[in-house]
Amino acid sequence: MRTRRGGATTLALPWPVWVPAVVGFGLIAVPVAGLVLRTNWADFGALITTPAALDALWLSLQTGLVSTALCLLLGTPLALVLARSDLPGLAVLRSIVLLPLVLPPVVGGLTLLFLLGRTGPIGQLLDAWFGITVPFSTEAVVLAQTFVAMPFLVVSLEGALRTAGERYEVVAATLGAPPLTALRRVTLPVVLPGLVSGSVLAFARALGEFGATIAFAGNLQGTTQTLPLLIYIQSQNDLDGAVAMSLVLVVVAVLVIVATRTRDVSGVR
Amino acid sequence: MTALEARVTTRRGGFTLDVAVEVAPGEVVAVLGANGSGKSTLLGTLAGLHAPEHARITLGGRVLTDTAARFAVPAHRRRVGLLSQQALLFPHLTARDNVAFGPRCAGRGRRAARAAAEERLADVGLGELAERRPSELSGGQAQRVAIARALAVEPELLLLDEPFAALDVDAAPAVRSVLRRVVRQTGQTTLLVTHDVVDAVVLADRLVVLADGAVVEEGPTAEVLARPRSAFAARVAGLDLVGGAASAAGLTTPEGATVHGRASEELADGEPAVAVFPPSAVAVHRKHPEGSPRNVLPVRLAALEPRGEVVRLRAAAAPGGPGWVEGLAADVTPAAVAELGVEPGDELWFAVKATEVAVHPRRR
Repeated sequence: MRTRRGGATTLALPWPVWVPAVVGFGLIAVPVAGLVLRTNWADFGALITTPAALDALWLSLQTGLVSTALCLLLGTPLALVLARSDLPGLAVLRSIVLLPLVLPPVVGGLTLLFLLGRTGPIGQLLDAWFGITVPFSTEAVVLAQTFVAMPFLVVSLEGALRTAGERYEVVAATLGAPPLTALRRVTLPVVLPGLVSGSVLAFARALGEFGATIAFAGNLQGTTQTLPLLIYIQSQNDLDGAVAMSLVLVVVAVLVIVATRTRDVSGVR
Repeated sequence: MTALEARVTTRRGGFTLDVAVEVAPGEVVAVLGANGSGKSTLLGTLAGLHAPEHARITLGGRVLTDTAARFAVPAHRRRVGLLSQQALLFPHLTARDNVAFGPRCAGRGRRAARAAAEERLADVGLGELAERRPSELSGGQAQRVAIARALAVEPELLLLDEPFAALDVDAAPAVRSVLRRVVRQTGQTTLLVTHDVVDAVVLADRLVVLADGAVVEEGPTAEVLARPRSAFAARVAGLDLVGGAASAAGLTTPEGATVHGRASEELADGEPAVAVFPPSAVAVHRKHPEGSPRNVLPVRLAALEPRGEVVRLRAAAAPGGPGWVEGLAADVTPAAVAELGVEPGDELWFAVKATEVAVHPRRR
């Protein structure tokens, strides 16, 4: 037994846990540390403020936020249906929703392209009726990111909804709350931590999205060239620039995780 | 004139619930039954949470459920409140906002709802904790907030589902006392479901005993418990009860005799009360015992009932002795019965220590 801070005692972990745990941690932490060591600090400021870098960072943040908002808008109702409804074939529905988690993103990007491309079944109609072309636009970036990021929000929120159970909704109903009021004033606040952590995961996933974006949206500076795309292109010829921007991406990701993790734990007391 | 009229037949799990229950306006009816007797199914059906197979439920003349007409009012429009074992306070709201939730749903303004919530909280003695979050309340406090919350919507019918079962032994009497007071003050029509006789004694006017999904007995609480006609009611009751009025020593029977005991909560002299003790706490003597027992009662043995490990001796009034001992039970071991050599008709003494006797307030 050992004493933790705060006086709570806990059983000691068996020693075979420690070795793989340290190796696993190293696998994540050492490459990131290597990135810091490899960085050309003398030119760091200049490398991350080139017009291409600033455009890419700005585009990444914008599209990431819009995608997260879309995930919330569409994914929250989807999670509610998965967790609360008694639709037949719910298990199949859930497997389909989780598909982007296991699909290579580039395949996701290609499927979007086949569907919404100028010759695709929906893309054709959009072009003919409204003169809209989706692929290779900023909208395409957002769509690609939403496609890969939404399952993260849905999974996280569905778990929170199932853990919370229906008991608070039952109480709300006996207090006279119509279903929509119960959803707004009870269900969603109760699962807020799940909603927050799901959004963070979705945002992080959107921020790092590469495969689906390059397949569906291409690589045009200022329009579809997000930070990961720029990093990949740069790594072919200007390694210093790629490393510097990678570090920026790492810092943004860490900031997001830290900022929301602390809230997540203490979110609903 | 009835407030609630319900006939419910529904299959759930391994049994069929088939009951008819009526509750008059302002009346408190307790449904007493063991676990799995169908009590919670009944409440869920009344609250509109389960869809029954066959049921007709009316409340104050309004039809809530009529399966024959394929009609059911949704839970949120029934005006049926529900208080369950767990307080289930909304964790993200303060005590006050929890209580104000119902009035807000009923369309009251924010300020009016909050004012009403504060009044209800004061009623349950928690006016000072209005700003607290549920995680900062004890189990008993949380349940009192839940009582305030359920009453704040002024339901036409309040359903209580074992409301003290999850509380620890120290907290339950205080919460029960609060509930009894507010239910009586507001004249709240109430249906209580419990497996604890004391809940029924303290809160209910009338008792309905449920076994295997059917009503086996019903009537005024004191009558059913004092003279259970069904074996099941006798087993559920399983306690010795003496009615009377609270006094400093414990309880005074209508005949003027004193039963010594401890009050479970503060009781005014003369308040209707009931003394409760387990038959296992009763010692049986041939001769008037010497020593410490404060309650020594002359009885005539009416019957010997074997009950597994023990033999239950059932009392009748002894010639010239008090009449209220009729029906009291004492559980003794078969060895003790052999030693005493008792037979029905014998005159005996029942002795109970004052510390074994709990005096509870009685509904009427």
